[in-house]
Amino acid sequence: MLNTFKTLFTLIAVLGLLSGCSKNKAKTVTPAASTEAPAATGNTTSALRDAAMAAGNVFYFEFDSFVLTEQTRAALMAHAEYLKSEPRSIRLEGHADERGSREYNMALGEKRAAAVKDFLATQGVSSAVEVVSFGEEQAAEQGHAEASWSKNRRVELK
Amino acid sequence: MRFLTFLTLTLLAFSAHAVLTVEITKGSSKATPIAIVPFGNTNGLPEDLQDIVSADLERSGLFRTTPKTDMLSFPTTQKEVYYRDWQRLGVSYVVIGGMTLQPDGRYNLRYELYDVLSGRQVFNANTMGALPQLRDIAHAVSDAVYEKITGIRGIFSTKMVYVEDLKVAGPGRFRLVYADIDGARERVLLASKLPVLSPSWSHRGDRIAYVSFETTRPAIYIMDPASGRKQQMTNFQGLNGAPAWSPDDSKLALVLSKDGNPEIYVMEIASKQLQRVTDHFGIDTEPNFSADGRSVVFTSSRGGSPQIYQVGLANGRPERLTFEGEYNARPRVTPDGKSLVMVHRENGIFHIASQDIKTGDMRILTETLLDESPSMAPNGAMLMYATQQQGKGVLGAVSMDAGVKFTMPSRQGDVREPAWSPFLK
Repeated sequence: MLNTFKTLFTLIAVLGLLSGCSKNKAKTVTPAASTEAPAATGNTTSALRDAAMAAGNVFYFEFDSFVLTEQTRAALMAHAEYLKSEPRSIRLEGHADERGSREYNMALGEKRAAAVKDFLATQGVSSAVEVVSFGEEQAAEQGHAEASWSKNRRVELK
Repeated sequence: MRFLTFLTLTLLAFSAHAVLTVEITKGSSKATPIAIVPFGNTNGLPEDLQDIVSADLERSGLFRTTPKTDMLSFPTTQKEVYYRDWQRLGVSYVVIGGMTLQPDGRYNLRYELYDVLSGRQVFNANTMGALPQLRDIAHAVSDAVYEKITGIRGIFSTKMVYVEDLKVAGPGRFRLVYADIDGARERVLLASKLPVLSPSWSHRGDRIAYVSFETTRPAIYIMDPASGRKQQMTNFQGLNGAPAWSPDDSKLALVLSKDGNPEIYVMEIASKQLQRVTDHFGIDTEPNFSADGRSVVFTSSRGGSPQIYQVGLANGRPERLTFEGEYNARPRVTPDGKSLVMVHRENGIFHIASQDIKTGDMRILTETLLDESPSMAPNGAMLMYATQQQGKGVLGAVSMDAGVKFTMPSRQGDVREPAWSPFLK
């Protein structure tokens, strides 16, 4: 389901790119090299947005850990490129699974979101970033076993 | 067995008033048998005082009450007490009494405690209140009887606050609830669309500190539960959490991440002036003052996993207190100042444990599921905590000798983070 959605999204994006190209081609009838440059940037931005979208905006963690996984790093690099091309202020919401004490989990969610913030900064992102931890208070899934817990130990980029 | 059935019935009877119901999961074998005889002239009152007193004493784990159906007579005065009858039932103590309606409309309960073995009256007293205070009258009897027999001050007139999550998105999903310690007469202090957590009583019992996300970010508030008036204490970037009162109620220990990491601070309430207590890149959180107010115990991940540390406020040098188990967090200092209760994980299971601060001896008190948030009774004899039952958050209680255990499930949603009040008035 998610994959179908992603494919559809990519398709729409590609169509968008194509239509953008044809417009620019029409314009280039009158020789003006300068119109090419912003068009190219626009194309890159939308490609970067697609890559960021494809990477997803939820990043998962191990129990009692705020270490970014390889997968998360790769995903964040995609987001970093997009944010650099089109800066906007973002909010990082950190979460924890229900195990352990609640305020410790608040701090854990904060450390997770801060780890994402720091990584984006090392990638050159200069956007305003707000970090908010919800600890274990807003679970994505309600179950009481690892299948749900692994979905709840997360940072959401908004 | 018959006794347990009876108990369930009586507790269900009063549960009609409360969101929380009490289910005793483990009784104590050392319990003293006591008979609470139905009080004279109480028929038709909106509360069953005999039931309330019996349920109170049962929950303490130190008493086993005689079912009404086993009693051979219902004495209401001294001359009607036949010690031999009570001896035959194996009862050690008998409580009798009678109600009179005062000319001013108040109810006056005269009550008397008898020692069956020595065949004498231990004491008699009166307690008075208006109609809405009938439960207070019953709890006052429980407190007095408990203290006369055990020598320990009773906690039946104390209160609690807890957090309720209705689990349905909406403006009143998260609630801070104030209730009698038996779960009755609950009152919603705060209802919010966004999380509410970490309620903590001042030592005088006149204020409650807590964390609310109502502005979409966490902030620490102080509320007067009598008037409902609240004051926002912090509004920093990042974490604003885990408030805990100093012994003289003039300061709050709390957690802020405004300087980059979750660190412990002490705030003077009157001036809101902050003193930073910890400085480490790991997690420092869940502070609680020592009994003398000169140090703070807290949870820190500085050693790799959460463990409990103590730091002197004058010297700022943290010292590790827990070494047993892979996860120890949220310490609370017991009322006598000698022990800690905490969340303790062993072999992947979360328990509530206590540890003697001086000797380091640790004892596991609960063995349910995902146990957290221990809160001590002001007499040090019991604690409440949060646990799970059939996938739902419920409150649990255990006596410090782990002899009696009970749970308080909610009719709706999850309940958690019980905070036991100090002695009030």
